[in-house]
Amino acid sequence: MKISYNWIKEYLDLNVKPVDLAEKIERTSVEVDGVTTPSDGLKKIVVGHVLSMEAHPDSDHLHVCQVDVGEDEPLQIVCGAPNVAAGQNVIVALPGSRIADNVKIKKSKMRGIPSAGMICALQEIGFSEDVVPKDYVDGIYVLPEDATPGDAVYDYLGMNDSLIDLDVTPNRGDMLSLYGTLHDLAAIYDKPVELDHPEVKEDGAAIADQLTIHVDEALSPQYRMRLVKNVKLAPSPMWLQIRLWNAGMRPINNVVDITNYIMMKYGQPLHAFDYDKFNGEDVYVRTAKAGEKLTTLDENDHDLDENDIVIADQKGPIALAGVMGGLDASIQDGTTTVAIESAVFEHDHIRKAAQRHNLHTDASQRFERGVNQAGVQEALDAAAQMMNELADGEVQKGSVVGSSNIPEPAVIDITLTHVNAILGTELTMDQVSHILESLGFEVTVSGDTLTVTVAVRRNDIHIPADLLEEIARIYGYDQLPATLPTGRMTMGTLTTKQRLMRATRHSLEGLGLNQAISYALTTEEKAKMFMMQASETTNLSWPMSMDHAVLRMNVVSGLLDDIAYNSARKVKDVALYEQGRVFYREDGNDRPSEEEHIAGAITGTLMPEAWNQAAQPVDFFQMKGIVAAYLKDMAVNGDVTYEPNTDMPEMHPGRTADVLVHGHRIGFLGQVHPLIAKQFKIGATYVFELNLQAIIDMPKQENQYDVISRYPAITRDIAMLVDDDVTNDQVVALIERRGGAFLQSVKLFDVYDGVKVPKGKKSLAYTLTYQDKHETLVDDAVTQAFDKVSKRLEDDLGAQIR
Amino acid sequence: MSLKDKLSELRQRGLADIKDSSDLKDVNQVRVQLLGKKGPITEVLRGMRDLDAEERPKVGAFANEIRDDLANALAQRKEELEKAVLNAQLAKETIDVTLPGTPVAKGEPHVIQQIVDQIEDLFLGMGYQVLSGPEVEEDKYNFEMMNLPKNHPARDMQDTFYITKEILMRTQTSPMQARTLEKHDFSKGPLKMISPGVVYRRDTDDPTHSHQFHQVEGLVIDKHITMADLKGTLQVLAHELFGDKFDVRLRPSYFPFTEPSVEADITCFNCGGKGCKVCKNTGWIEVLGAGMVHPNVLKMAGVDPDVYGGFAFGVGPDRFAMLKYGVDDIRNFYLNDVRFLTQFTKKG
Ligand SMILES: [Zn+2]
Repeated sequence: MKISYNWIKEYLDLNVKPVDLAEKIERTSVEVDGVTTPSDGLKKIVVGHVLSMEAHPDSDHLHVCQVDVGEDEPLQIVCGAPNVAAGQNVIVALPGSRIADNVKIKKSKMRGIPSAGMICALQEIGFSEDVVPKDYVDGIYVLPEDATPGDAVYDYLGMNDSLIDLDVTPNRGDMLSLYGTLHDLAAIYDKPVELDHPEVKEDGAAIADQLTIHVDEALSPQYRMRLVKNVKLAPSPMWLQIRLWNAGMRPINNVVDITNYIMMKYGQPLHAFDYDKFNGEDVYVRTAKAGEKLTTLDENDHDLDENDIVIADQKGPIALAGVMGGLDASIQDGTTTVAIESAVFEHDHIRKAAQRHNLHTDASQRFERGVNQAGVQEALDAAAQMMNELADGEVQKGSVVGSSNIPEPAVIDITLTHVNAILGTELTMDQVSHILESLGFEVTVSGDTLTVTVAVRRNDIHIPADLLEEIARIYGYDQLPATLPTGRMTMGTLTTKQRLMRATRHSLEGLGLNQAISYALTTEEKAKMFMMQASETTNLSWPMSMDHAVLRMNVVSGLLDDIAYNSARKVKDVALYEQGRVFYREDGNDRPSEEEHIAGAITGTLMPEAWNQAAQPVDFFQMKGIVAAYLKDMAVNGDVTYEPNTDMPEMHPGRTADVLVHGHRIGFLGQVHPLIAKQFKIGATYVFELNLQAIIDMPKQENQYDVISRYPAITRDIAMLVDDDVTNDQVVALIERRGGAFLQSVKLFDVYDGVKVPKGKKSLAYTLTYQDKHETLVDDAVTQAFDKVSKRLEDDLGAQIR
Repeated sequence: MSLKDKLSELRQRGLADIKDSSDLKDVNQVRVQLLGKKGPITEVLRGMRDLDAEERPKVGAFANEIRDDLANALAQRKEELEKAVLNAQLAKETIDVTLPGTPVAKGEPHVIQQIVDQIEDLFLGMGYQVLSGPEVEEDKYNFEMMNLPKNHPARDMQDTFYITKEILMRTQTSPMQARTLEKHDFSKGPLKMISPGVVYRRDTDDPTHSHQFHQVEGLVIDKHITMADLKGTLQVLAHELFGDKFDVRLRPSYFPFTEPSVEADITCFNCGGKGCKVCKNTGWIEVLGAGMVHPNVLKMAGVDPDVYGGFAFGVGPDRFAMLKYGVDDIRNFYLNDVRFLTQFTKKG
């Protein structure tokens, strides 16, 4: 809400600049979105009096005007506005002036006729289109008759005022009004504030004879009306129009403007009905019935919901209560009798109705947060008084009150000890009670206890903690000391799981992969790729886009999205890992379980091409090396093995392996299926994904010291031809099993299946290292063991030793 | 000519030859010539048998002395020449040391991870635990137990991805407050925890909005925790993450789960507090929300608000990273362009 600096100053004797006031409000009450002065940036814009007007000889819509701008000679200005006329006072942008959007106005010629400046519409000097009075939206603005030619126009239009845009939090509905803001400022600046109160001059008949109200009090705890007869609709006086447009509201006519003005001043939304349009003399406040419809003031039709509160007459709804009035019973040309409504509606109904009908109005915003329930009648009276003063209306005797439940003020006990204990301050009883009183609360002190009676308008204050906030903010957060918690000691340590997760990241970074964080919400199709276990999908009930609609059940597909993003930007070498959760759901459960996973993806080359090194395209074994090194870092207890997996639909059937630890599958690695790669628009990509939670839960091998033998090792190389389907794992396992007591290691050093080996065979070559920890090994012993293992290879695997 | 004179002359000539030798082959030749079995010294020594018994040892000693001198000179010359050869070799091996080093494969932690780790380490040092909670939450923990009942207007402040009526993507890390409070045994000590994690909002992704981002929740509950402690803790956090020059100020705000609630601003990065476009001329930038835990939150979690109380805060690492490095588009954090990921390499 935009609040006027000048209006505030009418009530509070403040000696601060608008920006400083705004800063103070932001530091003490609510956020401020900005301070604007409408005349800022404008230059040489004055009142002009149109002395005469002629048609432009070469145009059917331009006029040539002689305009008195307070100088010796009138200016000749060509104007295209349809509503310009001789005798008007208008807004003139002089030659050399600056209008809205920093536009400079110069002397010019229009279709051959010299024009010294411009006659302006309000929009042209910075007014937003939706606050310009309807009569002037499509033309120039006409200033009051008593405006003096040559004067700057700003004061006539309220443009020298400063407007402070408050961003009111949901708890501070009271700040959506001048009076509420004044109460806060009075406390902040510790100054008295004198608010004015209405005095209604009543005439005519008792309203009770003309109107009966039937209220469901659960929907409307207070519902009050006054009746004003013989109103004369007219534009509001300038001061009132200025208040409205500076607050962002369009002036309409005196009656409607008064209701908006009272809302800004008191925070109480009012509604004005044309009483003569009522069907009958009974008004009902009730929920809508099935099938009822209403056309609102903005000329939109609404099918009403049975939870909407409506104001109705005998025939049907005439207003969507607390949100917007209906068109039929609205104030229109010819209206003479006005029924003014001042009420409180149950906030939850209003909030939902505003949402349901997508009608977020100034009224609904206030009812949702709660209005000052002690000021409903006062606002009604103030409106009636103004309709009498500004529209010549006869205020009928009395108000008709359908319901009148004014809540008791909250009474809260709080001790000074508690205040200081929570805030960490050393405030005195006087300081605390003074702060609370300055907010308009009643305080009685007894010993250490303050009994605080909270003003009804502050419907956000119920408990001692609420009072603490009031005390703290008015005292000033800058004045709070800054300390650290003391008391019993606590240990701050990471859990084993957290340490392993950090170690996982450090390990993979050391292995050359960059950490990625991808979206956990993805498409249904991608969510279901690379599945490591069967699961139902978890879908958002109302996604923002189908790209982020389902929770992932794998991490790899997100990494492929990342690679695609890089690839589309010509970044061809990408090495990523991601640590994050996947979401598995069992049929029948609403909620998925969350499992920590670790995944990686590489494409292009891991080791980029350089002046001294050729690019080495990524392959299966690079990824396997990364996975193996990572699992070594994790020190999982038990053998890590890799078994071919030909069944994952998104993976290359011949280049994919399950990763097993001690026989338990913990994930997979391999090449993404070329068709899937094509679908993602990426090149050959190798990936892995492991169940990190499983790794965390596995027993670990502690580091151990193994004495390094002082005795020399002896090596023997062995090369053999085996059938293609004999695996390295089989060969190594056999050598290890049959290699004898002194075999230390078996290392593959060559694989060859080229032209020199028979079809269906491949050549494998290994180095076997023998060592005795306790004495120098005898050559004979090695030869014996080596011959034995060679024989076994021949017998068991059909190897031909070469 | 006496034997002695002969020896002296031999020495002189020998030393000159050694000096003249120009390569290792030469040196070797000279050595054989001078000290070999057929060499002049051996010759001279053979003539000793003609000497007096008295003279013999003196000349013998002199001859040995000369042989040693020549041997030393030869060794020295050899070393000189070897060194020269080596130097020539090394000169040939000279490379352009300004050529780039051979690339190594090296990965970087994500910039948001770096900030989260930094926050974790800071609070671990102050005795906090690090806890993580589910990303798919119950409405009960995400909202209700955070003092946001079903019809609370503040629920409109954050648009939520619902899965069912009661299950949702957590919109904040605050549900970990409720989950932890429910479990904590205060007889064992105060509760001091932070909870980092991913959160989700129903937003359209654009430069300043992301439907997925990070939060770090902080919570301290004990018998004597003050709002001044909150202020001090936030100051330490700002100093750790941004540097000692950064000030913290608190402003009133509204969160249903804290009372009083504050927004914390820190000195503007861009202008150091003088006022600029980034900070809308205020000199301050809003970085986090905090407050004293609302008694209802404690009560709902079964903690007696008359005995225990404390503070909570919520930090946005994405926002921190954007501010600290001037990242102008939050989507950068989740699209994983390698050229972005590898910019944040400073360690320690
Ligand atoms: Zn700045």
